[in-house]
Amino acid sequence: MQLVLDTEQQQLRSTVRKLLADHNNVRSVVDGDDAYDAALWRHLAELGLTGLVVPEELGGAGAGHVERAVVLEELGRALAPVPFFASAVLAVDALVALGDTQVLPALAAGEKIGALAVSPEWGPAPVSATERDGGWVLDGHAPFVISGDVADVFVVYSADGWFVAEDARRTPLTTLDPTRGQAKLEFAATPARRLDTADPAAVLEEVRDLASVALAAEQVGGIAKVLETTVEYAKVRVQFGRAIGSYQAVKHACADLYSTSERAESLLRHAAWAADHDREALPLAAATTQVFTGPAYFAAAASGLQLHGGIGYTWEHDAHLYYKRAKSCELLFGGHDEQLARLAGRLDGVS
Amino acid sequence: MSEFREKVRAWLAENVPGDEELATAKRFQAALYDAGLAGITWPKEFGGQGLTSAEQQVFDQESARYDLPNSVFRIGMGMCGPTILDLGTPEQKARYIPPLLRGDEIWCQLFSEPGAGSDVASLQTRAVRDGDEWVVNGQKVWTTVAHLADFGALLARTDPDVPKHQGLTMFLIDMHDPAVTVRPLKDMTGRAPFNEVYFENLRLPADAVLGQVGQGWLAAVTMLGHERVSIGGFVRKRHDPLAHANLAETARRYGRDADPVVRAELAKLYAAERALALFNVRLRQEAEAGSPPGARGSVAKLAGAQLQQQAVAVAGLIAGPRATAWEPGDAAGEELALAINQTPSSSIAGGTDQIQRTIIGDRILGLPREPVVDRDVPFRELRVGTQRPA
Repeated sequence: MQLVLDTEQQQLRSTVRKLLADHNNVRSVVDGDDAYDAALWRHLAELGLTGLVVPEELGGAGAGHVERAVVLEELGRALAPVPFFASAVLAVDALVALGDTQVLPALAAGEKIGALAVSPEWGPAPVSATERDGGWVLDGHAPFVISGDVADVFVVYSADGWFVAEDARRTPLTTLDPTRGQAKLEFAATPARRLDTADPAAVLEEVRDLASVALAAEQVGGIAKVLETTVEYAKVRVQFGRAIGSYQAVKHACADLYSTSERAESLLRHAAWAADHDREALPLAAATTQVFTGPAYFAAAASGLQLHGGIGYTWEHDAHLYYKRAKSCELLFGGHDEQLARLAGRLDGVS
Repeated sequence: MSEFREKVRAWLAENVPGDEELATAKRFQAALYDAGLAGITWPKEFGGQGLTSAEQQVFDQESARYDLPNSVFRIGMGMCGPTILDLGTPEQKARYIPPLLRGDEIWCQLFSEPGAGSDVASLQTRAVRDGDEWVVNGQKVWTTVAHLADFGALLARTDPDVPKHQGLTMFLIDMHDPAVTVRPLKDMTGRAPFNEVYFENLRLPADAVLGQVGQGWLAAVTMLGHERVSIGGFVRKRHDPLAHANLAETARRYGRDADPVVRAELAKLYAAERALALFNVRLRQEAEAGSPPGARGSVAKLAGAQLQQQAVAVAGLIAGPRATAWEPGDAAGEELALAINQTPSSSIAGGTDQIQRTIIGDRILGLPREPVVDRDVPFRELRVGTQRPA
């Protein structure tokens, strides 16, 4: 197992970090009218990052999950308001697992944005499929679809199997995390294409495991950024004539942030490595990383906000954006209890 | 007289019924050495195997299935040996490393004093030069395995006229010297794994110095770095009652394995255990790629102590009243009680959790240090509560 990034992976990180430093405009989404940062999305597409794990013959980069995790860490650090997680992770992973060749090239190129419609508990969305005139139509809805407000292509998991639809009535939702949209989708005799597979539920499990790793990468990037900004602040903010970082109460909290960051990164490196090199180990590694990293990110974001004092509670400061992103990430896949139950179930299988 | 002493010593060593555990430890370590499995990453010229951390990791994984009986060598293998390899002369390495690896000689680390725990640099054991020799007087405390040790790494003050960190020197000493007195100290588990050690005019040759005279703090920091990795970087052993796998088994045995709270806490514990284990793998892989862990060992030490506390909490959740009383000879009850009672030591020994956090804050994160009043003051002039007249 390789838990340390190689030179190329480190270069990828520098490239993405530089791109985001130059082009990320999270406030255009938080304070403005944009639903996402379309210019940044184009830049990501030009670098081939939107199709990172898509096979080369379908227009992707044919890279691995370790590389995609590196990119997601940077996106998470920067709170980049782009539909990468919905499109380049959830939709792409499902379509790759289902062997799609029709939609993947457009998603890989970033020309279209994909989203995944499942139930909030990661079961089938309340959607029914009917065969009509040799094709299929969908009826029903999906209540919380990540980036469903900006997506062009919907990958739908229903009790009748997997479908792709390019049309839906969407209602953008107001979200806890202002940097990542969600929408309610409604289908009414909406034409769809069926994606055949022997075991639809197994595909969902695989998608969910890979999504757990991808989300952990975003979270690890977020923790690292919270640590960095908090430590910088503790060095310059003076109270009682001393930098606050020299006080043990602040210094020790920063040390705990560092310890959390290092351990979360270790779990992530292993899970991403397993996604590429040891698929048997992936389910346990993926569940483990979410159990640790979900609450860890939220605790880190809350601690970072607290250590900034009053300024941390203001709208102008980004601390609240990390706080909201962290809580939203923790709850996305059914919440912490669900994550614990999932890991406990997988541990039953090992010991 | 010294000839007679040698005779008495040799006969007693040969004939007094030994501590069976100690004899077993030595036999086992010697067998490991003969099999080419001791000092896996240590240099070949001093008896090591000259292999990589990959082989060490394989050994750790495989040996974690067993309760290896050689823990008495832990301080020598984990701290003193690596520091001698870092700072020792070729003669010191040749003299001390091979017998340590073979299990012929046991080591202890003589740092802490009654007035110098977390603030080790304020220690008062003196070593005064007398011709070519040094004469040591003073006292150490909390010295693990001193009662069994053949050698010790001693930190002593050699110059009280410079600030406290600058006047220290590290020495390698013979624990069997009659000028060394070892008194066992009972810890809160009721056992006596550590000791008080007294030096009364202990005479040391010039070549007992490890590193440079006056550079003892550097030697101590080097050793403490190894110590943190060694303590924190432990792999939970298969037999450790607090290992996740064993607690899960205990939950099954007590019929608590379907309880959702127990299941959730076990899952959290597993995640924390894995996070630390994988962090330690990363440290090793980084070291192999050329960046030594440095102060990052403090994360392993701190997280290891927290993991221990978390595991004790889960054990209590599973065992309930069974953790409070048990029948004589009930091994499971004894083990659990011992684990509960040993837990506080993991947050104290080798530097408290608070000290580890300060190290992380100062050395890794570069946060400003706390105001220090004594850094530039000659030790002799310090007004510390425990200062004793020279």
